[in-house]
Amino acid sequence: MAKDIREDISWAQINSDVLKSLESPRPMYWVIIAIALAMFSLFVGGEIYQYRNGMWVSGQNNPHVWGLYIATFIFWIGMSHSGTLLSAILHLMHADWRKPIYRFAEAMTTFSLMTAGLFVMVHLGRLWQFYYSVPYPNERGLWPNFQSPLLWDAMAIFTYLSSSVIFLFIGMIPDLAICRDHLHPGWRKKLYTVLALGWEGTDRQWRNFRVTYLTVACYLIPLAVSVHSIVASDFAMSQQPGWHVTSFPPYFVAGALYSGCAAIITLFIILRYVFRFEEYMTLPILKKTARLTFAIAMVWTYLNAIEFASVWYSHDQASKDVLIQKATGPYAFAWWGMIICGSVVPLALAFKKVQTNIPMLFSVSLLLNMGMWLERWMIVSPTFSHGYYPWTWDHDQFPSFLQWGMVFGSFGWFTLLFMIFCKVFPSISMYEVKEMVYHRSLASKMGGKGGH
Amino acid sequence: MTQRHLLAVFNNFDEAEAVIKELRETPIKGFNFDDLTMKSPIEHHDVEEVLGSRSANVQWFTLVGSILGGLLGFFLISGAQANFYHQIKGGKPLVPLPPNFVLTYEMFILGGVFISVLGFLVCAGLPAKRSPLYSAKVQVDQIAILVKGDDSAIAALKAVFTKHQALEIQEEAGK
Repeated sequence: MAKDIREDISWAQINSDVLKSLESPRPMYWVIIAIALAMFSLFVGGEIYQYRNGMWVSGQNNPHVWGLYIATFIFWIGMSHSGTLLSAILHLMHADWRKPIYRFAEAMTTFSLMTAGLFVMVHLGRLWQFYYSVPYPNERGLWPNFQSPLLWDAMAIFTYLSSSVIFLFIGMIPDLAICRDHLHPGWRKKLYTVLALGWEGTDRQWRNFRVTYLTVACYLIPLAVSVHSIVASDFAMSQQPGWHVTSFPPYFVAGALYSGCAAIITLFIILRYVFRFEEYMTLPILKKTARLTFAIAMVWTYLNAIEFASVWYSHDQASKDVLIQKATGPYAFAWWGMIICGSVVPLALAFKKVQTNIPMLFSVSLLLNMGMWLERWMIVSPTFSHGYYPWTWDHDQFPSFLQWGMVFGSFGWFTLLFMIFCKVFPSISMYEVKEMVYHRSLASKMGGKGGH
Repeated sequence: MTQRHLLAVFNNFDEAEAVIKELRETPIKGFNFDDLTMKSPIEHHDVEEVLGSRSANVQWFTLVGSILGGLLGFFLISGAQANFYHQIKGGKPLVPLPPNFVLTYEMFILGGVFISVLGFLVCAGLPAKRSPLYSAKVQVDQIAILVKGDDSAIAALKAVFTKHQALEIQEEAGK
């Protein structure tokens, strides 16, 4: 059995280990930052090129009005859901193993949403008018359609982003006070002093903190479900073949949790190495995350099968044709890639040896996310090339290099934000790890098995 | 009579709990138990039970925020839709309730979350200036008890702290 967090680890040691991560990560950190910067500059370059030349350079045209931008937007929205899963759902279930890893998952939620938001703007083309997409009163003659899922989407994402940032910040206040009290004077100390809001850990503060954290967690869960259900409604509420499926909302939510969990495994392994968190991001936690991912992968696979089955038995010929075209047409390589990466590869997670084998898990997590990205692409594009109108049938389209470049670059943007966050703010919740070891040590003293 | 603050730092929750119990049970003239504040690096439910029922009222802010958020959302959308009368609606209602539910729901949550945070700040007394009696070790692994009492009570309070092996006692003239 791999080693879990020691129950006898001192609280001072926890502080010192986590605070050290803010100052001296392994050199690999800077390599990752450099790669992320290079990738992000590709994104910026692509956007400048598209801005100067117009949207046509992206290759999006009729009927392919949505391309990789929207597929990747859905991917990043989905990625954000794992933070809520780990933070809020497991918090309500008193799963104490989440404590060392939920902070970075919450950060992942925030930065994924910010990345998703970028794609909305890039796709709109006219960046300066992005605010037209939010529910806007009609005094300026905009006449927004309040019954459109696209408008709901903008509002849901804004709500989710702002609530996630608040959730992340509130949960971090006690740790910011630790940083304030133990780091050397400088810009960081000033920043932590402001952000800690004068936290001293009084019983009054803790009591209200607990209620607030729990309340916001309770609100975040239905919010997360609503966000991806609404994203699903962008498709399901249309009449397009392949999209008009009632199981889309739960399918999207399951897919979101799935890709998010896979991303947590990837980032877990990276942070564990880069910030020397071997003591806290332990193999038993990784094992539990892998098992959770496996369970969600099976739910996603089931919902996928249900979608195919309902299309097949509905006798809606147009939808059936889209499904056949996905499996046998020009997109077949991506569709089968989705099936293999999303439903076959996760079977490896059922094996105990894989659950704690770091290189293997790292590779599996990347493949799972590749599968989930392909899933989003396979939702968007094939329907456009095989719609109700025959004139769309000869419009198979392979995305332009610009679209691919922007997708690639968005990973740089996300990684850059995420890694900077982990260097500036504690990516492990110190007070929650202290609570965890304290309760475990109490439980062992009383002869229990430890934990909740 | 002048009041003073005392801060005693302890090694663990057991010692702090024993002190709180003793201060609760022993009447000390010039000291009100409600003026006792515990500072700790983590939340501790058992010690909070010893402290007695001290309320957290954030949930009321949440309730009010959610209701206001929901109402604001619904009436903003409906208000905008009500101006659509000169558009052709094909016999459909000007203010359709089912689709409006989605944005109302989002605003319900947004209001609830925002006002909860406001409630947290109000109820927890944040942001605040750091108290002059403060030990940074509370953010590491020690438990502190802050009390306020008249001059006449200070000696008795100190005696209780010393009896329970306080690691450090800080004193300041109160207001």
